[in-house]
Amino acid sequence: MATGSRRRETAMSVPATEHHDPAVAFEAAKLGVWTFLATEVLLFGALFTAYTVFRMKYPEMFRVEHAKLDRVLGAVNTVVLITSSLVVVLGVDAIKRGKARLLEAYFGATILLAGVFLCVKYAEYAAKFHHGLYPRTNLFFSLYFVMTGLHGIHVLAGMGLLSYVIVLSRRGRLSEAWHTPAEMSGLYWHFVDLVWIYLFPLLYLIG
Amino acid sequence: MEGAERIASNRNGRGYLAERGWRSWAFTLDHKRIGAMYLWTTIFFFLVGGVFALLLRLELLSPQARYFSNHTYNVFFTLHGSMMIFLFIIPAIPSGLGNFFIPLQLGARDVAFPRLNLASYWVFAAGFLVVIGSLVAPMDTGWTFYTPYSAKSAAAVTTLSLGIFLLGMSSILTGLNFIVTIHKLRAPGMTWYRMPLFLWGMYATSIIQVIATPVVGVTFLLLAAERVFGVGFFDPSKGGDPVLFQHFFWFYSHPVVYVMILPAMGIVSEVIPVFSRKPIFGYKAIAWSSMAIALGGFLVWGHHMFTSGMSPLANTIFSLMTFFVAVPTAVKVFNWTATLYKGSITFEAPMLYALTFIFLFIVGGLTGPFLGALATNVQLHDTYFVVAHFHYTMMGGTVMGFFAGLHYWFPKMTGRMLNEKVARTAWALIFVGFNVTFFTMFIVGVRGMPRRYAEYLPKFQVENVVSTIGSAVLALGILVMCWNLLQGLRKGAPAPANPWRALTLEWKAASPPETENFHEIPVVTEGPYGYGIPKA
Amino acid sequence: MDNVLAFGAASTQAGRVDALFVMIAVIGGFFFFLTQGMLIYFAVKYRRRLPDRDNETPAITGSPLLEFLWVLIPSIVVVVIFYYGWRVYTDQRIPVAGATEVHVNARQWMYEIRYPDGRTAINEIRVPAGKPVKFLLSAADVLHGFYLPDFRVKMDMIPGRVTTLWVQPDRPGSYQIFCTVYCGTGHSNMLARLIVMPPREYAEWVEHGGREVGGGGGHEPLAVRGERIFRNAGCLNCHAIDGKEKIGPNFRGMYGSKVLLEGGASVTADEEYLRESIVDPGAKIVKGYPNVMPTFKASMPPEDVKAVVEYLKMLK
Repeated sequence: MATGSRRRETAMSVPATEHHDPAVAFEAAKLGVWTFLATEVLLFGALFTAYTVFRMKYPEMFRVEHAKLDRVLGAVNTVVLITSSLVVVLGVDAIKRGKARLLEAYFGATILLAGVFLCVKYAEYAAKFHHGLYPRTNLFFSLYFVMTGLHGIHVLAGMGLLSYVIVLSRRGRLSEAWHTPAEMSGLYWHFVDLVWIYLFPLLYLIG
Repeated sequence: MEGAERIASNRNGRGYLAERGWRSWAFTLDHKRIGAMYLWTTIFFFLVGGVFALLLRLELLSPQARYFSNHTYNVFFTLHGSMMIFLFIIPAIPSGLGNFFIPLQLGARDVAFPRLNLASYWVFAAGFLVVIGSLVAPMDTGWTFYTPYSAKSAAAVTTLSLGIFLLGMSSILTGLNFIVTIHKLRAPGMTWYRMPLFLWGMYATSIIQVIATPVVGVTFLLLAAERVFGVGFFDPSKGGDPVLFQHFFWFYSHPVVYVMILPAMGIVSEVIPVFSRKPIFGYKAIAWSSMAIALGGFLVWGHHMFTSGMSPLANTIFSLMTFFVAVPTAVKVFNWTATLYKGSITFEAPMLYALTFIFLFIVGGLTGPFLGALATNVQLHDTYFVVAHFHYTMMGGTVMGFFAGLHYWFPKMTGRMLNEKVARTAWALIFVGFNVTFFTMFIVGVRGMPRRYAEYLPKFQVENVVSTIGSAVLALGILVMCWNLLQGLRKGAPAPANPWRALTLEWKAASPPETENFHEIPVVTEGPYGYGIPKA
Repeated sequence: MDNVLAFGAASTQAGRVDALFVMIAVIGGFFFFLTQGMLIYFAVKYRRRLPDRDNETPAITGSPLLEFLWVLIPSIVVVVIFYYGWRVYTDQRIPVAGATEVHVNARQWMYEIRYPDGRTAINEIRVPAGKPVKFLLSAADVLHGFYLPDFRVKMDMIPGRVTTLWVQPDRPGSYQIFCTVYCGTGHSNMLARLIVMPPREYAEWVEHGGREVGGGGGHEPLAVRGERIFRNAGCLNCHAIDGKEKIGPNFRGMYGSKVLLEGGASVTADEEYLRESIVDPGAKIVKGYPNVMPTFKASMPPEDVKAVVEYLKMLK
């Protein structure tokens, strides 16, 4: 294994990996992504802990402040993200059947839906600022902005990741035999969706 | 190991070091080169952090401010602690020696994700550059950055928070890589119970890194958010709780001391059998005690906060858990000692440092109960007793383990042998200097001297002067050791593949190893500690 | 005198902590000699004597009985230590009935004391011997600590919260108070004292308005009284009187001198300037110094301020 050499991968074939055994490489990638998701659970977990601590300390303030969030927009975003997760699944299924173009279409749609999500969030943030509600306003809004903000950054990163998968596919690197990046990105995307499914009720719904 | 010893030979004597040019280093995917870069970087910061320590000890010669102002002293202890912890002791063994030797000990060609490995180094570099950048407005918060002081401070706390976030990310990427590597890339025949104990230690360490580090990442993000956006989680004027910061901070920072010690314990578990020519006593106990320490380590963070106003019930639970986590640690000490029994022991530098680890770690460990027990903790918390305790465990422990690993694996990494006489001289200076420096701190702590004090009551002066003298001897020893390492690099005698006649797989590779580690991946049929004559 | 391990030096409570300390030390010492002893003994006894026969060591890989014992015994030992640590601590946390409550509020870099009858003080707490005292601790700005080494107790002081600490001082004496949570530049200068007085002296002190101690009375020169107040109020934590630079401006030769202020203006340090600096320190900031001095308006009555000013005038 030469230092830093790039392997030339031909279309429709399994790219050679440093480990010379594609099965091991796939298992390694899966374990790697799940381990990474564990770190993300801890990352958001700390914030959910802060949420719990302050909700228990200031139940009345939470009740009053959470009503200022737009439930309709929140629900729209929830539907958008869940749909995007479904679309990602369809995309991964497509490449499993060797349909690269279909994968690109589905992943493209996912990115679009993610974009809608971020636009809605932008609209929500703008509305809050317009009403003088900032991260520094009170603890509820501190939590709201920090948690949805961090989540939003993860959505953005996910869009980048999915775009990269599309690029790989357009270069003919993904196939029925090998499509690990698509599957791993899908896993990440489901996680991002899952975090929102917790955030939405905790921030928008529970009185 | 199966078959005759097939000592790989270097085609040109340089192995993985053959290729030259800065690009071959900056863009390398070779775990050995990445490990070497980490080693150079972390040792550099060890020396810089050490200089700050010497400046502190210089000032502490006199009870009143003498060479620099109190504010400067406070900045120095913050920099000493932060650099030593974030830029040296957390990454040095895992990302340095771990990167180099995990694939070799597994019989693999590299880690699971070589590109991620390179990324982890550059994220680390970005982190330390940002940390250095924060020195434009250096902080005096102590390495613990407690709020509200850190949130209000005019220093570059936000910049530093970003730097530490990056360092944490690097740590997570490394841990993730090692977990997958150890799970998936073991050589054929290497079952979990045939793995060297260094790998068990690294595995447990990696689990901690992956679970704990994200929490400190968020903690520093929230500190930055408080300073920049006025977020109020830790701000009492907004209904926040300054002690919440401490909970978040210590949720990571306690497990991280096990990130520091477990790799060093792994090294001790490697060195003791080799230099006693005996199998490790109680392999499974040592393996599983590493896992027990990793798990238990997550349940005790409150013992840093017994006087912070936590409820007596919480204090009680944390104290009990703290004592339980001591037991697997003690088990290791007993097992290592039992390995010496009826051995055939020699005292080359690696063994001297490994035995020193055990000796000093016992002192550090036996002073733990004073701090774990609630009533004595209340007396000794935030005094020099704590400073002594953690220097005995972290320096007497981890750093001695690191030195043991450096000396043990030097021939393998560089293809050269170290001058044994000079190594032993350095060791002697370090051993004496260390004890004189830090033992006095136990005394002065029990007498009531608080820590982080730029000026102190005159009645504490004698111990402080003695400690400073010790620090000069310690510094000299470290300088001699570093000089010896550099000399070894340049002029050391050529090393055979297996100078210590050890049985773990890295010694089957050449010294230094070829880029691909092994000509053929070895097949493993037994454990790595098959020394001595088995019972009939 | 350190009162280290001097049983019951300042209180019976302290004596119990010391007993626990000794117990842990004895157990620790036993295991220290046992483990270090075996380590050194084996290292010496089994050093290699026959270089060419070092592969004849017995391949002992473990001993279930031994390993079980050395898990069991340490486990029992640690639980015992935990238990006594918990017992002594719990007793420490339960205040005795009838304790006098003293409020202590920390700020950078001093302790403001308030007694139940409304008297205030800076950096000095006076209590009668033999009566339990409960400290109600808080902080104005950042975290601070309240450590009484002679009593073996400490508690953090947290802005926005009140934490408590109680002691039963048995022996009269003057006991050190340290700040133990890093709080900035003046952290190591934030010293205070707990003065435990024999009950009769204490009663006299309270009768005299709880301000002046011992001699003085009405015939004491103002400047002498001012010096006493100056030293008790914690001014030396941040100011020096000998020309040295500390957190705040030096006082030697200050009276009558021209002082350069932030913003460029300059002013003569007359009596009014000195008085204003004590009660409204933020009004004029000396160039190059931080605006961190707390006001003494509430804690120092006008006649005391006057006395301090008289004292400062004398510093040449």
